[in-house]
Amino acid sequence: MISILRSIWYVFLHAFHRRETQGYPEKKPYLPPRYRGRIILSRDPEGKERCVACYLCAAACPVDCIALQAAEDPDGRRYPLFFRINFSRCIFCGFCEDACPTYAIQLIPDFEMGEYDRKNMVYEKQHLLIAGQGKYHGYNFYRVAGAEMGVKGTGEGENELKPVDLKNLIH
Amino acid sequence: MKYAFIIAGVLLIALTIAAGLIWVERRLLALFQDRYGPNRVGPFGLFQVLADMIKIFFKEDWIPPFADKAVFVLAPGILIATILLTFAVIPFTGNFLVLDSNIGILFFLGNSSLGVYSIVLGGWASNNKYSLLGSIRASAQMLTYEVFMGLSLVGVVMMANSFSLKEIVEAQRGGWFIFPQFVAFVIFLIAGIAETHRVPFDIPEAEGELVAGFHSEYSGMKFGMFFVGEYLGVTLISSLIVTLFFGGWLGPSFLPPAFWFFFKTAIFICLFILIRASLPRPRYDQLMEVGWKVLLPLVLLNILVTGGIIIYLNL
Repeated sequence: MISILRSIWYVFLHAFHRRETQGYPEKKPYLPPRYRGRIILSRDPEGKERCVACYLCAAACPVDCIALQAAEDPDGRRYPLFFRINFSRCIFCGFCEDACPTYAIQLIPDFEMGEYDRKNMVYEKQHLLIAGQGKYHGYNFYRVAGAEMGVKGTGEGENELKPVDLKNLIH
Repeated sequence: MKYAFIIAGVLLIALTIAAGLIWVERRLLALFQDRYGPNRVGPFGLFQVLADMIKIFFKEDWIPPFADKAVFVLAPGILIATILLTFAVIPFTGNFLVLDSNIGILFFLGNSSLGVYSIVLGGWASNNKYSLLGSIRASAQMLTYEVFMGLSLVGVVMMANSFSLKEIVEAQRGGWFIFPQFVAFVIFLIAGIAETHRVPFDIPEAEGELVAGFHSEYSGMKFGMFFVGEYLGVTLISSLIVTLFFGGWLGPSFLPPAFWFFFKTAIFICLFILIRASLPRPRYDQLMEVGWKVLLPLVLLNILVTGGIIIYLNL
């Protein structure tokens, strides 16, 4: 009997508690910067595409929602001819971001991707590619290491030693 | 002519309150559960009821092919009719009442017993085992609570010396009956919750066990009738509690009597919703056990003590 009255009283006290509901569309929730939401393709500081079309993201993707085709520009630098993500399949696991050697593919804190038509969930490269660098500023894959692709000469990269002349006995 | 106006007024008030309660209940339950409830449609979500009504009117008016059609259609009507009939004897104020019957309480008790037919017949006509189980529970529950519900009012009747609800209110000018008849009030409140088939005592519906109990097969406006009937019942029981134990329309004279009646009724409606928000449903044999073994002896004791005091004081 007492416990019945007590539970009624405690429930009544809840009338004065703060409401837990978030008024979502009006009040946006805070999403941490590493939130795994919509996938984008970023550019390096020079404004060129970071993606080198290595297929690692497509290989890592557990649901096979990434499709791309590699191509080379006149300097020999690889880029995706097309890059397609089917977001109706994507599970936002972030494996593609982990697999990417160039920080090109990134997941950003945005989840508002509702569509009335299922085929609008398929994002092409022009929808994925953003103008900026995303989460990793100042990083340029070709400046750090790698072959000459019209970005830097051999041995001129950051943290990169000059090439050693193996046939020179002075060393 | 004045009579017709009062009848129309009572019907309008009762049905408006019942419809409004759908919104009030959802908002209040949300308040007790730290949510907002419906707050999108119109100001404070008030038009939610309207939207629900439009939806329920446009639903298919489905009668299962295996159902007993005539009874199936009749059952929701019985519920609404019996409850609305009972509103005839409720004195909203001294003048605003349809019928000042000298057997007002008996009229209410009779109608509430008839109301159970709606649930029993509805479940029977549905020809569905869950519905039938709900109906069986409803009749078992009815047998239990109707006894102590009727008896709990005997104390009030003895003190007021009348079965007329209007005279019962008049008899409370000296003091509300809640104080001398507190036990009767508590028992009537419990019986009232059982009467309206609301959580804790929504045993005939018991959506966790019986799908939706007696109205499993009902849809569209026929379900809507059961739904509105429940809220009409809540309003009815709340106004009866106010009439019988809390001095009806009596109150400080700086506000009109009608205000006091509706204010007190609103408090009890909120209490009903609060109880719904807090308590789990007992098993139906538990309800019957408490009803027969605890509440019935208590209410008989209450009658004995009340009668003894009245005779002793020569009232």
